[in-house]
Order: sequence, then C-alpha cells, then structure tokens
Amino acid sequence: MSQGSGFITERYIVNGDDFHAAGSASSAMKKLLRSIGVPPEAIRRAAICMYEGEINMVIHACGGEAEVSFDGEYITIHLADKGPGIENPQLALKEGYSTATDEIRELGFGAGMGLPNMKRNSDELEMESVLGEGTTIVMKIKV
Amino acid sequence: MTHSVTLDSEKCKGCTVCVRQCPTEAIRVRGGRALIMPGRCIDCGRCILDCPHHAKQAVCDPLERMKDYPYTVALPAPSLYGQFRNLDDINIVLGGLIEMGFDAVYEVARAAEEMSAHALRKYGLVANAPIISTACPACVRLICQRFSRLIPHLAPEIAPVELAALAARAEAVRKTGLKPNEIGVFFITPCPAKMTSAHFPLGLSEPVLDGAFSMADVYLKLLSAMKLAAKKGTAFQTAGLSGVGWAVTGGESASLKQLRTIAVDEIPNVIDVLEAIEDGNLTEVDFVEISACTQGCVGGCLTVENPYVSKMRVRNLMKSLPDSLRSRLRHEEPGTPPTRDLPLEYAPADILDDDMAKAIEKRRVMEALLARLPGLNCSSCGAPSCRAFAEDVARGLAQETDCVFLMRENMGEGDYLPPPFRRS
Repeated sequence: MSQGSGFITERYIVNGDDFHAAGSASSAMKKLLRSIGVPPEAIRRAAICMYEGEINMVIHACGGEAEVSFDGEYITIHLADKGPGIENPQLALKEGYSTATDEIRELGFGAGMGLPNMKRNSDELEMESVLGEGTTIVMKIKV
Repeated sequence: MTHSVTLDSEKCKGCTVCVRQCPTEAIRVRGGRALIMPGRCIDCGRCILDCPHHAKQAVCDPLERMKDYPYTVALPAPSLYGQFRNLDDINIVLGGLIEMGFDAVYEVARAAEEMSAHALRKYGLVANAPIISTACPACVRLICQRFSRLIPHLAPEIAPVELAALAARAEAVRKTGLKPNEIGVFFITPCPAKMTSAHFPLGLSEPVLDGAFSMADVYLKLLSAMKLAAKKGTAFQTAGLSGVGWAVTGGESASLKQLRTIAVDEIPNVIDVLEAIEDGNLTEVDFVEISACTQGCVGGCLTVENPYVSKMRVRNLMKSLPDSLRSRLRHEEPGTPPTRDLPLEYAPADILDDDMAKAIEKRRVMEALLARLPGLNCSSCGAPSCRAFAEDVARGLAQETDCVFLMRENMGEGDYLPPPFRRS
C-alpha cells in the first residue's frame, strides 16, 4: 500500500461477542473522515459498510480486524476475520439470507441484510472466503 | 456565532474541571484561564454546572430591559413551574409574573401544546423518519456541527418558544393598539442555549424575541410576587398537560401516542443515539426527542431546583390538567406552525483544514503524536485528553512540549515514571 502524501489509513480491532463494542470502528472512522473533510454522503455510505461489517464479524466470526484508508478518491475498507468462512458467498449477498442463530435473531440481528447493505452502499465489493479459515472483504466507496 | 456561556476570568483557577467535562471538547486552559472555543461550544451550560469556582456564567438580559418597552409580555418556559415547593396551581406563577411588572403572560406550554397537536397529525405521515426534535437548541447546534446528514431530519417548524413569541406579540398588538416594536417579548429561560437562541435564532432570519431573562435572576422577585398573586387568584392558565409536559424528558414525545418515540437526555447519550440514526441503525423509530440537560429543561443550568425534584413537581401539576386546554378555552382548531425561513447550515467543528491534502497531513501528524503520548489524559497540557491535545498540536494550537511527559523526554528525563505508571 502506498504511504505517500494525501493517503491516510487507520486500523481497528473488532472484538468478538461484544455487541457493545460493535459500532466503535464505524464511529472512529466517521471521526477520521470528518476531520479530513470527506463529504458527508461518502461518510454515510462508508459508515454503513463498516457498521454492517463489524456486526457480521461479531455475530459470525468472533471478531476480526478492520482497516480504513483514504487516497483522495476512494475510501477503502478492508475487513479480515478468522471465522468459519462463508459457504456460499453468492447466496450470502442475497437479501434475507442469513445463517445467524435464533439467539442472534432475538437480538434483532440476522435479518440477512448485512452483506446486501454493504454491497448497496459501496462502489466495489470483493469477498474472499475460505471455509474454516476466514473471510476478507474489501469495499471501495468513491468520494 | 455569539454565545451566552462565557468565562469570568477573575474567578477561573485554570483547574481543567470544565475542560474534561465539556461534552463537545470546546474548552482549553491557556495562561491559567479557561478558554472557550466558539466554533465548538453549543451553549449547553454543562461547564456552568460543573465549575467549582463558579467562573462560568450565562450572559442573560438584565431585568431592567423590561423598562425599555411600554408593554411587556413574559413567556415562561414550562420548566419554571417545577421551581416552586408545594405549588398546586400554575395560575399563581403566571399571576406572579404580572405582579412582578409584566403586562401580560403567554405560556410557552400553550405553544408547545399547539406543536404537539400539529406533530400528532403530521409526523406519522412524513417519509424521512425519524423526525428529530428541535426544542433543544444545544442539540440542534450539535447536529449542525457533527451530523450533517441528520439536518434534514430536524422538524422543520420553529421552536415552541418562537411560536409563543409570535402569538404573544400579535395578541399584545391587538389588545393595546401599540406597534409590534413597542411590545417587549421576553422568555424566562432555563438554559443559556435558549438565551443565545433568543438573540441568534437557528434557521430564522430575524429574532422573534426581544430577549430572555434567566430563571435564576427572576426567581426571588417572582417568589414574593407569587404571594400577591395567590391572594388575587386570577386565572391565566392556557396550557394543558401536553404542553406543560415539555419541561421534562419524554414530555414532548408523550403526546405522539401512536408513534414510536425515543426520548434521550444529556449530550453523550444524545451523541450515541444520533450516531445510531446516522448508521441507519434506528429505523424502528418515528420521532426522536433530544435534550442536552439531565431530565430535560428542568435540568437547565439557570434553573434553581434539582432536576429530579422539579420533574416530580411538574408531573404532579400535570395530574390535575386535561390533555389540552385549547379546545376547552378557545374552541379553536390547532393551527399549522410556521417553518424556519433559513436552512440550517452544516458547520463542522472538527475538520482539520479546509484543504483536504493539508487536513490529511495534519491528521497524520496527530496520529503520530498520539502514539507517543502517555494516554493518561491528565489535562496538564490544558486539553481534555491526549487525543484532543494531539489534534491541537496538528492544528498549530499547542506545542509538543506542552505535554509534561514529552518535555521530560526532551530534557533527557524520559526514565521518570509518575505514580500511575510505576510498577510498585
């Protein structure tokens, strides 16, 4: 990754099984993007992508890592976890599809909107998932 | 923007209590005195409540300003009713204001009741849910600073106190035949945020009030005037409980019965909820009531009573009131309150530089410095936290060596560990 001028990156740890902490990466990222003058609409889309990503990592993967970078043109969000992996990535991107447990659903999550929301709010979404090893997602949001 | 909250520098000891408590990190200590950063202050008055030396004050209109007008109208905030022990009749407060020298009273609660009736008819039907209340100007300023995307969610109507001011002036003109500018319309305010708004209203091209008096300034005079009013027993009351209830958290949303509402007070809690709305994470809510102060307006720093006690009193008064006095007293249909005539502007307080490349550079300076700071948040540098200090340095508002730890390092005394870091 380039580290030249006009480029900035920040990393966040997403704790697993901690619903209280979910949203903290999104919140910190919003502060970062606001402080450097990124337009509100791009921040909104990025925040939704990050928030959904965080929730997914908490629900399915016992946490993971998130990284956000901005190069003046694109906000790039990189999510990586060492969770169980996604069996059928194409199906997972469909609205309403979810493998969340009943307990998670009782908490109001697991409606199968997370990944579709991430796809809808990003300009590019790439997902790599290996069963038993984990999932990485890279999303780009044009500013 | 001009602020009501100011510093009495004679009294300030530079102790950093306010610096650390300020919910928008708007205060620094410089030269042994607190310095309020005008672009960040939302006039919530938290520092006035917290300052152990009473060095923070709210600049309000002096009561003598009543003499500037041939005819004056008092606009009591509903929270005023919670300031008096054993009060069982709101008419005594309203009559007391007359005995104090006002020519007329117009209850803000009456305008609030109108707003509630209007909201009840309208808010369930709008597309951009949730609607966010604008009753607390400190919260509106917070949204304009940090939550640009939520600005369109703010209720478009003017605030109840402004609606009351318009109606009161019109009524006084009708009654007296005087010109509108010969009528002095004064709000009795529980907080500095509403004081500021009286002179610099948000989203209005011109003020509709002539000023505001602090509840604390009015209190003693009013207390003795109320004894006279109690003997006379004149009826002035015009508002039902749906208006009076706006004094406390939950009162505004209570009237929106069929809607899903949430009522939040104190700025840190308000920020949490606004973040959730911004993240698209609170879609099940139709209306959001927000207030900067503990328990709502009864917690304003210009009130005299403990907020929990005045909340109890307001609720007690509400027990004997009908939902609305409009239909009973005036037999009129609720009107449609006017909307703001200016857009609310996004004014980000935390942007590091208007030039994005420079802002990014400053952010990198900030992050690099933050990694070297102790994270003790001791405020010896005059900033609320190590993070805020790093931001100040990046902005050129402070120097690295303002941190006592970095200064020791510079002097070759990096080995010294203050108590919080010592192992034994």
